[in-house]
Amino acid sequence: MIFWLALASLRARALTVGMTMLAIALSVALFLGVEKVRTGAKASFADTISGTSLIVGARSGSVQLLLYSVFRIGNATNNVTWESYQDIAARPEVDWIVPISLGDSHRQFRVMGTTAAFFEHYKYRRGRALEVAQGVVMDDLFDAVIGADVAATLGYSVDDPIVVAHGLASFTEHEDQPFRVAGILERTGTPVDRTVIVSLEAIEAIHVDWANGAKTQGQSTPVDEIRQMDLEPGAITAALIGVKSPLQTFALQRAINEYHQEPLLAILPGVALQELWGIVGIAETALLAVSAMVVVTALIGMMATLFSSLSERRREMAIFRAMGATPVTVLSLLVLEAMVTAAVGAILGLGLLYLGLVVAQPVVDAAFGLWLPIEAPGLRDMLVLLAVVLAGAIVSLIPAVRAYRISLADGMMVKT
Amino acid sequence: MTQPVLQLTGLHYRWPGREGFALSVPGFSVVAGESVLLLGESGSGKSTLLSLICGTVKADRGLVQVSGQDLAALSGSGRDRFRAEQIGVIFQQFNLLPFGSVADNILLPLRFALERRKRAGVAKEAARGLCQALGLPDALFQAKAGMLSVGQQQRVAVARALIGQPPLIVADEPTSALDANSQAAFLDLLFQQSEAQKSALLMVSHDPRLGDRFDRVVDLSDVADITRGAA
Repeated sequence: MIFWLALASLRARALTVGMTMLAIALSVALFLGVEKVRTGAKASFADTISGTSLIVGARSGSVQLLLYSVFRIGNATNNVTWESYQDIAARPEVDWIVPISLGDSHRQFRVMGTTAAFFEHYKYRRGRALEVAQGVVMDDLFDAVIGADVAATLGYSVDDPIVVAHGLASFTEHEDQPFRVAGILERTGTPVDRTVIVSLEAIEAIHVDWANGAKTQGQSTPVDEIRQMDLEPGAITAALIGVKSPLQTFALQRAINEYHQEPLLAILPGVALQELWGIVGIAETALLAVSAMVVVTALIGMMATLFSSLSERRREMAIFRAMGATPVTVLSLLVLEAMVTAAVGAILGLGLLYLGLVVAQPVVDAAFGLWLPIEAPGLRDMLVLLAVVLAGAIVSLIPAVRAYRISLADGMMVKT
Repeated sequence: MTQPVLQLTGLHYRWPGREGFALSVPGFSVVAGESVLLLGESGSGKSTLLSLICGTVKADRGLVQVSGQDLAALSGSGRDRFRAEQIGVIFQQFNLLPFGSVADNILLPLRFALERRKRAGVAKEAARGLCQALGLPDALFQAKAGMLSVGQQQRVAVARALIGQPPLIVADEPTSALDANSQAAFLDLLFQQSEAQKSALLMVSHDPRLGDRFDRVVDLSDVADITRGAA
């Protein structure tokens, strides 16, 4: 009955209590939302590359190799010779191998030379393959396939010409050999979206007249002539490898790392991603801390409301006392109220989160390639809600103790 | 000689934090079923005396006995429980929890008093019966107390004080918020019902005109000594 009276008392102050609940609900929704985005981002991050057993590049650091080969951040310090590549490709453990050649750019986007095998073997988000939204995968030497962001940012559509620039921030362009947009890929939420993909031979082709990083003066080989040339590359930047059996991964990794002819490095993408996330992850912790602060702020708001309600509720407390309630009953009524307020707020917050997810999921996926799964609340979410209710109870103890003191001093007579 | 339901002996109380202010009652008693009007102006220590009787304030010296029980012998929460069991309290006004229904308000003291709840029998029925006897329409039983008129609220307060037949009803100027006509009707009901269940009635008021209905009229200044600070 006391519980129902506490509820009736809350209902009687519906407006202020409702505001407090709303504040708690929003803060809880924010906290859980940040948590969702955080785990989503982490998963997306880990999903950037999947199904690849090893990444091979010139010997450097594993994070650096991951950054330039998968995220297109930074540059390779060295190349892998074509001979080494072929040696590795010929090894019995290798199921498939995809060469990658980087170094040129188109506007702000990186150009990557590779083979058709890339479209077959590159997987993201737990085994999803790349899909072509428009056009086809390149079949001509001067065909390019562009990522969704490239198409959206530069407004390209199929059959538009592209001129590739030499280097990354260069004004010298390979204008002699313009490319054609053959296909545009579906958005993946991975760095592929920001990549212009051409064939490995094409990378060679546009460098036919170049030597030592500069264009040879007065030399311009006609396109038809280039098409007749042997365009086997001398070197590549990195390669993605799939092994026949997962058990062979470590043996192959060791073999590559101990390759005598050239200093090479083979990394496990998952391990390197973890390493990289360890560096990036500080930001997520900060974000989580900030949203926890917001929850604390909402709870302190509730405490302030409880405090300000005390003076107008002295009469109520005196009645309870006159009827035989102890000051402890008065105290527990306030704590009970706070817990009900926090619990309703927390549950509303959970509701808001799901509402927000339903609305935002497709938008966030399309805009950022971040997939936020809508799942039943997990143990972690439940613990967060429970923590909010308990924190509400603890915070309310401060005004409740004051109510205890007042009702002890007032007794059943309100002293004014 | 009937057993006194309330007995004050050699009572002395000093207001905390107010040098020289003290209240002492050498001897005062109310016997079972008796109705006593205690007359006193505001500021004459009425409220303090009632708080002493109800056990929310503890005497410095002397004895407060309700139904033979020395209040000082009980713990703080013990006194609260004992009050719930033994005493029905009616204030001047604002007696009710406005957000609770009439029924909630009447049943509230039973929540804190096991014995009294047993005495009340089927509590809801007892409350309904009291409402009927006090002329409260049945339709109001589930209404929010805050929606009632002042007169109706005071009658609900009476029902709440009477439920479970506590041996002592303490009323602090219960009629001061009512007009003359309602006052008379209210007192009729109060007397009728407390007599019906043989509860003693101790009422404090500043109004001597109410006196003729009571078994005994006592001037507070005759039983209690108030010392005011010299400063």
